[in-house]
Amino acid sequence: MAEILELKEAVARYVKDGSTIAMEGFTHLIPHAAGHEIIRQGRRNLHAIRMTPDMVYDQLIGAGCVSKLTFSWGGNPGVGSLHRFRDAVENNWPHQIEIEEHSHAGMAARYVAGASGLPFGVLRGYVGTDLVDQTSSIKTISCPFTDEELTAVPALNPDVTIIHAQRADREGNVQLWGLLGVQREAVLAAKSSIVTVEEIVDKLTPVSGGVVIPSWVVSAVCLVSNGAHPSYASGYSQRDNSFYKSWDDIAKDRESFTEWVKNHISGTTDFDSFSRSVGISALVSANG
Amino acid sequence: MVNVTPSANTISTDDLMIVNAARVLGTLAAAGKAACFVGIGLPSTAANLARRLYSPEPVLIYESGCIGSKPTRLPLSIGDGELADTSDSVVSVPEIFSYWLQAGRIDVGFLGGAQLDKFGNINSTVIGSYGKPKTRLPGAGGAPEIAATAGQVIVIMRQTKRAFVDRCDFRTSFGFGDGPGHRERLGLRGGGPKLVITDLGVLEPDPETCELVQTQMHRGVTAEQCVENTGWKLRIAKNVFTTDAVSDREINALRELQSAT
Repeated sequence: MAEILELKEAVARYVKDGSTIAMEGFTHLIPHAAGHEIIRQGRRNLHAIRMTPDMVYDQLIGAGCVSKLTFSWGGNPGVGSLHRFRDAVENNWPHQIEIEEHSHAGMAARYVAGASGLPFGVLRGYVGTDLVDQTSSIKTISCPFTDEELTAVPALNPDVTIIHAQRADREGNVQLWGLLGVQREAVLAAKSSIVTVEEIVDKLTPVSGGVVIPSWVVSAVCLVSNGAHPSYASGYSQRDNSFYKSWDDIAKDRESFTEWVKNHISGTTDFDSFSRSVGISALVSANG
Repeated sequence: MVNVTPSANTISTDDLMIVNAARVLGTLAAAGKAACFVGIGLPSTAANLARRLYSPEPVLIYESGCIGSKPTRLPLSIGDGELADTSDSVVSVPEIFSYWLQAGRIDVGFLGGAQLDKFGNINSTVIGSYGKPKTRLPGAGGAPEIAATAGQVIVIMRQTKRAFVDRCDFRTSFGFGDGPGHRERLGLRGGGPKLVITDLGVLEPDPETCELVQTQMHRGVTAEQCVENTGWKLRIAKNVFTTDAVSDREINALRELQSAT
C-alpha cells in the first residue's frame, strides 16, 4: 500500500546517496518538483536514468547530484542544447559523469524487461551504429527458433522510480492519462516508487485512455499541484513554453545556473515556495 | 540566397524545404505509403502542411505515442497535448517503438542531424571523439531504429560544408554504411535514405554506388554552390531538376499553419 507522504519525507526515505533513480515523463508529466527536492536534500552519486534527460536532469547534473547518467536523448525539446549536461560531458563540470547511452527503442525495451522480471530485453536495434562500441550494455544474441541475430539490452531496475500523475485516491491508487510515455513500466521495474500528483480525490473516476497504477505497487504518493511545471499535466495545466526557453539562458553559464539553484531551489523550502520565488502562477485550471 | 516570389510573400529557404518535403509526402500518401514518423521542427511542419494540401493525407505518428495526429496548430514539442488530443490513438512509448516502428508499420521516417555523410549515415551524438567530444549533441533518441526500419528515410538538413561530410564523426543512424550491400549484410529491414531535402535542393542516392548525388536544385541555385557547400566530392546528376516554384496555395497554407501556432 502506498503511503500518502509529504514530498520532502518521501525523497528523504527513498532517495539515498548512491541510489539508482529513474524519473520518467515523456515531455508530459515530468516530475520537476521531485527533482528540485532531490537537489534541496543534497543527494550525491546518483545513477540517474531517464530516456530524455531534459531540464529536470540538467538541474540535477549541474547541481552535482549525478555520477552516472543512462539515457537516450539529452536536449531541451523544441529549444536546443542542455547546457549543464554538455558542460559535464565536455568539461567535467561540476565533476566527471559516466554516461551509458542508448536509443529510445532500447531504453523502452530495458524498462519493459525490468517491469517483466526478465534479465534483458530484445529488439532489432543499434545494428551498424557506433553506439554498440561505447557500452557493454548492448549485445548480440541469436534467436533460438530462427537464428536471426537480434540485440539484447539489460533490464533496468532502479532503486526508485519517480513520476508525476494527474491524481490519486486516498488509498494511493494512481491515475494518469494523456501521453503515458514509459512511466508505468518504470514504476513496475523499480524496487520502490514515488508519485507526485495534482490532486488527491475520494474516488477515481474512469478517464478515456487513462491507466491506474494500483496502490500496492507504489511506495509513496505526494500531493504537489503543478509539480510537473514547466511540463504539464493534461487536464490540469499547460506546458510553460517560455520557461523552457528561459532555461537556455539560465543554464548557459555556470554562474547564472548556480545563482538560480541557490535562489530558487536551495533557498526555498518546497515547490510552493519555489513557485512563488520564480513567479509562476499556480494552477492554470483545475480539472480543465 | 534563393528567392522565389509567387505572391507578395517572401519565400525563405526553410519554406522551400518544408514545401518540398510536403510534396514528397503528398506523393507517397497518394501511392498508399502514408504512415509517417515525424519529429519536431521542419519535419513536423512539412507533415502538417502535407495534411492540409493533399488527399489522401499522410498519417502522422509521433514518438511520444500519438498515432494519426491531426493538430490544428504546429506542436511545440513531440509531447504537446494538442497531438494527443487530436490523435486516433495514444499508446505508450514502448508500444510505439515495438508494435509500430519495429514491426514495420512505418512507411516514411524523417530524420535530421548535425552531420550527414555521402552514404546517408547521420551523426546526432558527438562532434569530435566520443570520449572527449568537442561538442556533445543530444544523442540518438528514436533515430537509429527509424533509420533501420522505416520503409524509407527522408533527411531534412541545411546543406553546408560542416554538416555534409565525407565521413561522420559518429554513426548514430545507419544510412548505407560503407556503401552498396552494407544494409543487406546487416539484415536491416527498412529501405534506407531515399531523399535528402536541403536549402539548396535535393540529393538522392545513386542506385549503383549508394553515394548521395545532387538531383534537384532550387531556382537560382548553381551547381557550384551545391559543390561548395558539400564536404565530399559531390556529383551533380546529368538531368538535374529545378524545383517547381512554390504555388500560392502552398505558401498560403503554410502561412496559415504558422500563424495558427
